[in-house]
Amino acid sequence: MKLITAVLQPSALAPVKAALAEAGITGMTVYEAKGHGAQAGKVEVYRSQKILVEFLPKISIEVIVTDATLDAALTAISEGAHTGQIGDGKIWVSEVSRVIRVRTGETDEDAV
Amino acid sequence: MDITSQVNTGWMLTATVAVTFMLPGLALYYGGLSRTKNILNTVMVVFGGFAVTAVLWVLYGYGLTLGDSAGGAGIIGNPSGLFGLTSLMGAPTPEGAVPAILIAVFQLVFAGLTVGIIGGAVEGRMKFSAWLIFSGLWATLVYFPVAHWVFAFDSDDGSTVGGWIANRVGALDFAGGTAVHMNAGVAALVLAVFLGRRRDFPAVGRPGNLPIAILGGGLLMVGWYGFNGGSSGGIDESAGVALTNTLIAACSGLLGWLIVERLRRGSATSLGAISGVLGGLVGITPAANSVSPVGAVVIGLVAGMIAFFTLGLKERFGYDDALDAVAIHMFPGIFGTLAIAVLADPSSPAGAAGLLYGGGLGLLGAQVLAVAAVFVYTFAVTALIAWVLKTTIGLRASETQERAGLDTSIHAETAYEVDDIRS
Repeated sequence: MKLITAVLQPSALAPVKAALAEAGITGMTVYEAKGHGAQAGKVEVYRSQKILVEFLPKISIEVIVTDATLDAALTAISEGAHTGQIGDGKIWVSEVSRVIRVRTGETDEDAV
Repeated sequence: MDITSQVNTGWMLTATVAVTFMLPGLALYYGGLSRTKNILNTVMVVFGGFAVTAVLWVLYGYGLTLGDSAGGAGIIGNPSGLFGLTSLMGAPTPEGAVPAILIAVFQLVFAGLTVGIIGGAVEGRMKFSAWLIFSGLWATLVYFPVAHWVFAFDSDDGSTVGGWIANRVGALDFAGGTAVHMNAGVAALVLAVFLGRRRDFPAVGRPGNLPIAILGGGLLMVGWYGFNGGSSGGIDESAGVALTNTLIAACSGLLGWLIVERLRRGSATSLGAISGVLGGLVGITPAANSVSPVGAVVIGLVAGMIAFFTLGLKERFGYDDALDAVAIHMFPGIFGTLAIAVLADPSSPAGAAGLLYGGGLGLLGAQVLAVAAVFVYTFAVTALIAWVLKTTIGLRASETQERAGLDTSIHAETAYEVDDIRS
């Protein structure tokens, strides 16, 4: 089992959600987040005063998948979020050692 | 009361209500421009300064401003007999005139707003107690005398003598280019210097809520019709011309700012639009009844550009006029007052001729003298007040309070539940 974390542009949420649903993955947790990668923020101008806004609005998506569906999920997220512009975001994968579904008590792959 | 009086009274009641919309307007405009941790403090500064001034106005400010000039010198009104406005109740209203107590409350709003404008200089770092005391001292020692000079006219029958600028010098200042906007702008400059810069100036962070600032600016624009339109004192052509010129100058001010902003900074911004509107409105305030609508277009356009180009002075000279009272009020106020000497149209209600209409240099001299006198007096007395407060009770909030934001550290409130991760 794997935990996929993706930090993406807020506008990527709808296409990523649709792409994941098409791949048969419906469960996810979404966070509103702020962050920056290599682009290091954006300059805005207020009354001629340049202001560096370092942390830009992002969304963070967490999805837990079985090893068998990992590649399909990664493809769905990266294709859904891709625009080719700076700030498209990052996706990373971590090991998950245990999962429990609270309602039924199912564990691990049954609970994903 | 005769019917003409009643009609004029109806307009002045309307104008007084309209001009009072400028109080929430100014509070929200400044509040929205403040950082998210200081919006409530800024709103409190505007309302608090207004409230202190309003009470003092009733107690003695009206007498000092619009009372018969002490010794006929035109320097300060004599408040005796006018304390508390009580004597205005039941006073006879001359035929066609508006009751004195209504003029008193209309002018009260001017006084309170002028103090509020100064509040743009202090964002995020001034003790609230020091601000309220400053407000009372400044209204007493600066606004009431200066407003007497500019707004108190000799009575037609010669029974009361008014201020020296309005009557002896004969300068034209319809609704307060000198007494209100330049006056407040100069005070903002001086107070900003005595208060010192905010931490991290000039990179202090972005305005907390532009839609709120735009809402406030829009309320100011509407209230300005009461401000300038009511300065006619009744229903006549002067009120119509003033409203027309006010509306037009707001629009050309917007265009003036956006043109130079787009050329110099690459973007036409919403904050620039509302700033240009206010610059244009300030510029037309002294001239609203003395120029043609085309003259108003010119004044608004240039005032909007002047406001834009004077923004950078605070960085060059290092005074932290946080919300730009100097650029938006002082410079356009000076410009509008001086522009009358060039653009005054003899067919306007004021009837004076500027240089473009074959007028002489006399009017220019009067306008320059009015600007210079108010500038020097306000600069000096504001500095004295600020110095005294700084060396006694202190002007500045603690570093801890400033870092945390004055909303939570002084007022025990916060405006926003959202986090503020930005830099």
